[in-house]
Amino acid sequence: MNAIEFTDVTLALGNRTILQDVSFAIREREFIGVLGPNGAGKTTALRAVLGLVAPRHGRIVVLGRPPLPGNPAIGYLPQVQSQAAGTRLRGRDFVAASYHGHRPGLPLLGAAGRREVAAALERVGAEDLARRPLSELSGGERQRLLLAQALIGRPRLLLLDEPLISLDPRHQTAVVALTRSLQQELGITVLFTAHEINPLLGAIDRVLYLGLRQAALGTVAEVITGPALSRLYGMAIDVVNLNGRIFVMSDGHDLEGSAHRHDEAHRHA
Amino acid sequence: MTWKAARIATTKRIGMLEYAFMRNAFAAAGIVAILGGCVGYFLVLRGQTFAGHALGHVGFTGATGAVLIGASPFAGLLAFSLLAGIGMGFLGERMAERDVAIGIVLALALGFGLLFLNLYTAFASQAVALLFGNVLAVDVRTVLALFVLGLASLIGLSVISRPLIFASLQPEVAEAKGVSLRLYSVLFLGIVGLATAGCAEIVGVLLVFTLMVGPAATAQRLTERFGSGLLLAAGLALAEAWLGITLAFYTNWPTSFWITALSTAAYAGAVLSRWHPGTIERSAR
Repeated sequence: MNAIEFTDVTLALGNRTILQDVSFAIREREFIGVLGPNGAGKTTALRAVLGLVAPRHGRIVVLGRPPLPGNPAIGYLPQVQSQAAGTRLRGRDFVAASYHGHRPGLPLLGAAGRREVAAALERVGAEDLARRPLSELSGGERQRLLLAQALIGRPRLLLLDEPLISLDPRHQTAVVALTRSLQQELGITVLFTAHEINPLLGAIDRVLYLGLRQAALGTVAEVITGPALSRLYGMAIDVVNLNGRIFVMSDGHDLEGSAHRHDEAHRHA
Repeated sequence: MTWKAARIATTKRIGMLEYAFMRNAFAAAGIVAILGGCVGYFLVLRGQTFAGHALGHVGFTGATGAVLIGASPFAGLLAFSLLAGIGMGFLGERMAERDVAIGIVLALALGFGLLFLNLYTAFASQAVALLFGNVLAVDVRTVLALFVLGLASLIGLSVISRPLIFASLQPEVAEAKGVSLRLYSVLFLGIVGLATAGCAEIVGVLLVFTLMVGPAATAQRLTERFGSGLLLAAGLALAEAWLGITLAFYTNWPTSFWITALSTAAYAGAVLSRWHPGTIERSAR
């Protein structure tokens, strides 16, 4: 069975078309790296899977059903965590807020809730982090904790939006390795958006590359090629393999790396 | 303290509660403080404290306007702050980014309040009570009204508390999980409107902040646990309100002054108690 199917899907935000007549199918238990230049629609695609953005045209099927917000089978780690960095609450309470968070009533966890929160924290190795206030955690520690949040509700599909952003290479590797082992142990499907393919090499099963309103889905060897990426970027792209790392170059510039650096500069400005 | 002095103090405290107005004041302040502390905890958590402040000012317009048409000022205060809260909720969930808009509405509301006062000059003497509170003038009927208001608000807050926490802490995830951010924003700010009206009865519309936000902000400085934070906020508000009334009784200084002084002292104490080298460095990371 397929976890996610896009059939002739057109996604738009206002007047801007993000994806046009895009079709692909992601199988269950696949670890998919979602890549593409800034503004290519990675976040919008994830939001469409969540049912937060309705397609203008075409059909989306998620775990055999049309997408609808509130599907408990989907875990989500958004790119923007507007409140996470500032809150003085300890991490555990932050994670626990996700447990049945949509149900009206008092925020009492109960024994089952406490077990589930503890299990999620243990899976990502964040038991100690969870005792500290979120505002005191570093970016990598916070990401680990938020990953536990995404596991609450035992999802079959995990959507992780730019979990590597603002992390140094060592923490990037750790987050990717952790996600891969979670995906294998739990037997779930993971969509993982990123700016750069290199941290994901060896961990992902296939790549979904977005660009110029189009999408290409395949193995790294199939998708990260000069001709395929030239179509998605709309310019001549060279793909250079060097010591097990991949560089996506145009006119001698490293596109993925510079996009990431640009984002970093922006974030710290 | 000598035995004699202690006895005099005890006698005087019993004396304090012998007055009906003091019993009313303690009852009214107790109800409002618990409500204000709980509601304030969520306000601080959501970063919407300024919205809470503004609701008091809108309530002032409602109170003066109500007098102008011959209705009770409390009813006007309640209706206006409730409607303003619901309106703000509809406007958008990112209230923190709307400070300018709120500030402008707040100023306009006070302006209208002034106009209404001007049109109905006989009410001017009560205006000071409305602005700065006069808990010692609360009658039994008001206590009952506050009790109903407080109970209804706390029940409402309990019913929405879990999704409200989720929507406050992780709005993006909550939305994906099917929580309507706007619905809970509207419901919550409506409750804030009710709590604001209650607080205004005790400390006045200008000082709502001191009972609603002060204790909650202090509590969030002192504990990073959700449950203990909420209880501490309500407990601090209650202690500050009751101690404020007691001090007012002995000093003849205004109750609202004492409550603001205690609220500020508690907050300053909480900040200082958690102050150690490296605090700035860590929070900047």
